[in-house]
Amino acid sequence: MSEHSGRFGDFGGRYVPEALVPACAELEKAFSEAWQAPEFRAELDGLLRTYAGRPTELTECPRLSEELGIRLLLKREDLTHTGSHKINNVLGQALLTRTMGKPRFIAETGAGQHGVAAATAAARFGLECVVYMGEVDVERQELNVFRMRLLGAEVRPVSSGSRTLKDAINEALRDWVASVESTHYCIGSVVGPHPYPWMVRELQRVVGDEARGQARDLLGGDPDVVVACVGGGSNAAGTFAGFLDTDARLVGVEAEGGAAVGRGVPGVVHGSKSLLLQDEEGQIAEAHSISAGLDYPGVGPEHAHWAASDAVRYVSVGDDAVVSAVRRLARTEGILAALEPAHALAWIIAASGTDELPAGSTVVMTLSGRGDKDVAHLIGLE
Amino acid sequence: MQLEARLRELRSQGRKLLVPYVTGGIRDDWVDIARAMVDGGADALEIGIPFSDPAMDGPTIQEASAVALARGTTPASVFADLRGADLGVPLVAMTYYNLVFRAGHQRFAEALASSGICAAIVPDLCLEESREWEAEAAQANIETVLLAAPVTPDDRMAAICERSRGFVYGVGLMGVTGARPELAASTAELATRLKAHTDRPVLMGFGISTPDQAAEVAASADGVIVASALMRPVLDGASSESVGALVQQLRSGLDQTTTG
Ligand SMILES: Cc1ncc(COP(=O)(O)O)c(C=O)c1O
Repeated sequence: MSEHSGRFGDFGGRYVPEALVPACAELEKAFSEAWQAPEFRAELDGLLRTYAGRPTELTECPRLSEELGIRLLLKREDLTHTGSHKINNVLGQALLTRTMGKPRFIAETGAGQHGVAAATAAARFGLECVVYMGEVDVERQELNVFRMRLLGAEVRPVSSGSRTLKDAINEALRDWVASVESTHYCIGSVVGPHPYPWMVRELQRVVGDEARGQARDLLGGDPDVVVACVGGGSNAAGTFAGFLDTDARLVGVEAEGGAAVGRGVPGVVHGSKSLLLQDEEGQIAEAHSISAGLDYPGVGPEHAHWAASDAVRYVSVGDDAVVSAVRRLARTEGILAALEPAHALAWIIAASGTDELPAGSTVVMTLSGRGDKDVAHLIGLE
Repeated sequence: MQLEARLRELRSQGRKLLVPYVTGGIRDDWVDIARAMVDGGADALEIGIPFSDPAMDGPTIQEASAVALARGTTPASVFADLRGADLGVPLVAMTYYNLVFRAGHQRFAEALASSGICAAIVPDLCLEESREWEAEAAQANIETVLLAAPVTPDDRMAAICERSRGFVYGVGLMGVTGARPELAASTAELATRLKAHTDRPVLMGFGISTPDQAAEVAASADGVIVASALMRPVLDGASSESVGALVQQLRSGLDQTTTG
């Protein structure tokens, strides 16, 4: 029925209660068929072009590049409608929701970017929309809470557990199991039960496919290194998908306090087997990061597989380096990055001139979102 | 003591089956609560091993899990508390898969067996993912109870009934655990479908809290599982005796429906 097994090496799968099995199977079928249907692809491409503003630019960073001694190109997902890569996934899932005939659309959100994208698509398609968001994130991403409400979505703050992204996913799953016949759960990253990790990667691969072509035009070939931040891992998976069969080295950058690949061990949560921050008994640990979008103890199963098979190297950076990276990019290039992609930049800044990123390296980095949502938080740090 | 054999035996005597739930480690005296449930007429007990992220539970069991974990409860501490407790009825562990996976199937199954538990319910392991666990659990004489939901199609239901051991757990409604004022219509419908599929004991859970609801469900099933309605008073500080009295009321409700 599907071209994908839902397994990524030892990882992935569909660890859900029986009540959710038919909905996962229905979604798998809907996506498998749609992804092979020229009409679906044409409609999605049209929306991405005329509504979301694709293709996004691959921008040279002349001043910062000179300072770092490398050639840095930014894949500008911050320039999309709603301001992050999340819109790519959400428009695809909104079309599928219409195909499946479901009137209600729910989502979890950390930074609020996926929530804003979901609320936007719901408005565009006339779907009822509920977004679950941890109380901690409601507070630190207030601007996005207002945006979601303006777009007609209901934002439900989540007060359980660590009150961040992990708990928002739990609450969205609780909603879904009670509403599954009328509701599509629009997961915002390459996490969750099959088909989500595969489907979301496919919907995000437009980022990597575009960047590869643009890099060839600008560089006359593939870049030496491709870098993206990793929360659940969707912007990274979409980016890497475009470069896996090139010689480019792929680097995923996690938040130090949410480094599921770096410090996690295999486990099962939110419907799939992957790497997970947890204690010896298997209780899930709380992640800690300044960036709400990377404040998650798990990671998509395909990243766990890429790490195990050495296809991608995973590193992590701490909060302070991230804040400096935001400031540096703003002052040298006039681009205000979100805290999440600033992790990728912080690693590039630290690695430039070392063996990791020798002088003269060509680097493509996915700038997954714009920083407006973080301004209030950053001002609070001054 | 094997769960399925015991439940079949009780059913053949015309008894409707009552399986109350207690979150392991919810209070210091949780084993006394379990014992009071047995004294109140429980035929088996479901022992929750608390997990940090109980995504299929409603507010009461979420709170019960969080309270137990905050007290330092671990799978090992639950097993240690049960060892030698000799509660006199079959014990069924209920937990999420990550705790099982992290320990390792074999080690977890052996730990269950050595603490006197004879069966396990792992609700986030659907049919496709549970086969390995079922096999390794069986090696340690642990019966794996599988669950069916109102949306489960007939072909899956047949496979679930075929592979389940102990009993078949009918999730009576689409939703999370928790007491509800009204019984969901889906509960009786699912019970009837399950009974048509299998001779194994069929027990219904989710949203069953009062003696009347228990009696109504037992008209179409072999018995009921009651969790949130018992854990709410435990969280609110009820004595183990008064929890036992609640179980006794559920027992009386069920006994009224017994045809003999
Ligand atoms: C701008 C931005 N980048 C990255 C992320 C992390 O998600 P992912 O790893 O799925 O790309 C988020 C999540 O909220 C985000 O808003």
